[in-house]
Amino acid sequence: MGMSIFYILLLFIVIAALIAVETKDLLSSVICVGAIGFGGSLMFLFLRAPDIAITQIVVEVLGLIILIRATISRDLTFITGDREFFGMVVSIVILFVIFLVGLKVFETLPDFGTSIFSIAPDAPSRTYIKDGLSGTGAANLVSAVILDFRAYDTLGEASVLFTSIIGATVILRKKSRKLLEETDE
Amino acid sequence: MPYALCFLLFMIGLYCAVVKKNMVKIVIGIMIMEYAVNLMLVMLGYHFGGVMPIVERDQMISADGQIAASFISASVDPLPQALVLTAIVISLGSLALLISICIRTYERYGTFDITDIRRLKG
Amino acid sequence: MKGMSLIVKTIGSWVKMLIFVFGVYIVLFGHLTPGGGFAGGVILASSYILLMLAFGKEQAQKNLPLSLVSRLDCLGAILFVFIAVIGLAFGGAFFVNFLHRQYWPGEPFALISAGIIPLSNIVIGLKVGASLFMVVFILSIFRPESPGDKKE
Repeated sequence: MGMSIFYILLLFIVIAALIAVETKDLLSSVICVGAIGFGGSLMFLFLRAPDIAITQIVVEVLGLIILIRATISRDLTFITGDREFFGMVVSIVILFVIFLVGLKVFETLPDFGTSIFSIAPDAPSRTYIKDGLSGTGAANLVSAVILDFRAYDTLGEASVLFTSIIGATVILRKKSRKLLEETDE
Repeated sequence: MPYALCFLLFMIGLYCAVVKKNMVKIVIGIMIMEYAVNLMLVMLGYHFGGVMPIVERDQMISADGQIAASFISASVDPLPQALVLTAIVISLGSLALLISICIRTYERYGTFDITDIRRLKG
Repeated sequence: MKGMSLIVKTIGSWVKMLIFVFGVYIVLFGHLTPGGGFAGGVILASSYILLMLAFGKEQAQKNLPLSLVSRLDCLGAILFVFIAVIGLAFGGAFFVNFLHRQYWPGEPFALISAGIIPLSNIVIGLKVGASLFMVVFILSIFRPESPGDKKE
């Protein structure tokens, strides 16, 4: 098996992304975003990350529900074309230059298949793997890293999620304030 | 080479967010960029023949939690997985915020087309 | 928003209980098997979203009113900071795992072990589940007025 499964899944994801970007029907592009999410979840499974695979699938399903609610229940499912021609050509040229420059940066990274922490002798991941079970008592090392070694990051994530949900609720507030007041007794 | 395909995915999302006129297409482009970044971070921590970072019962040597050396040398990196786990849930929250802005704009202007919305220009 | 047909309602009322129990399992065993608070919280939210989609919005409002959901969300956030501050009081640093180091070191691979981590998983699962259910519910009950009368 080896590397070929990664190439097949990555090719599937790139083709689905191209279809999602270029098609004129909004329903088709939303379905292609769902295909990207499922392909990504399979990639995470083959990259030995089961927590992330579970999270990616359920988040993908909820994201599809939110996207379809916004687009399909309105009347507008066919869209007109792109912006004017000159702006599009300039953007494509600039993006292509960024892509070529970015490919040169990847030569400083190790190849795919040797992880970053094996070439750095004082990486913190060595401490996390060695002292994970004895320092925290949890068998799942990813949970130990999230909730014990790096719990500040989880606090930051909880506050960011809280803020964005409050923002979304406040923006959509006009009809739902009556509903909150009715059920508030 | 897999890194290059992941970077190509990021560029496709960036093209979609910059060039397209429909608001929902712009939101889809931002989501594709987020998927590409999460995938790239987890790919950095993988090495061939790795096992997932969950300790099995027979890999514990002593009663207070020492782990066998075969696991320590073969496990993949748990740190990028921890960071990507929170990033995926945050991307769902930001998708909800973006879609609520799109719905409000559609209610007020009647279209998803950003070149028809003329209030913010100049 | 009305509900769906009779077949969907019958099967939905059984499947949502299965999804809820599965979500509780993933949250509780987060320190032993893959999963944890975030994945389990999203699964808990999706069980109530299934209730809302299959039965309509009025039934979902009766089952779990929106004011209760927003209070659960805030309760989850406050409890998470409370656990951290207790760690400061008993252990000397913010977020220290005081239950595992001093008071209650269980044995590994048991359900009650690893100190603070199962409690944090439960609190995070509660918070994430309540937040995501609230935002999808409010997105569904939003009913716009007549569009397109403001274009110059």
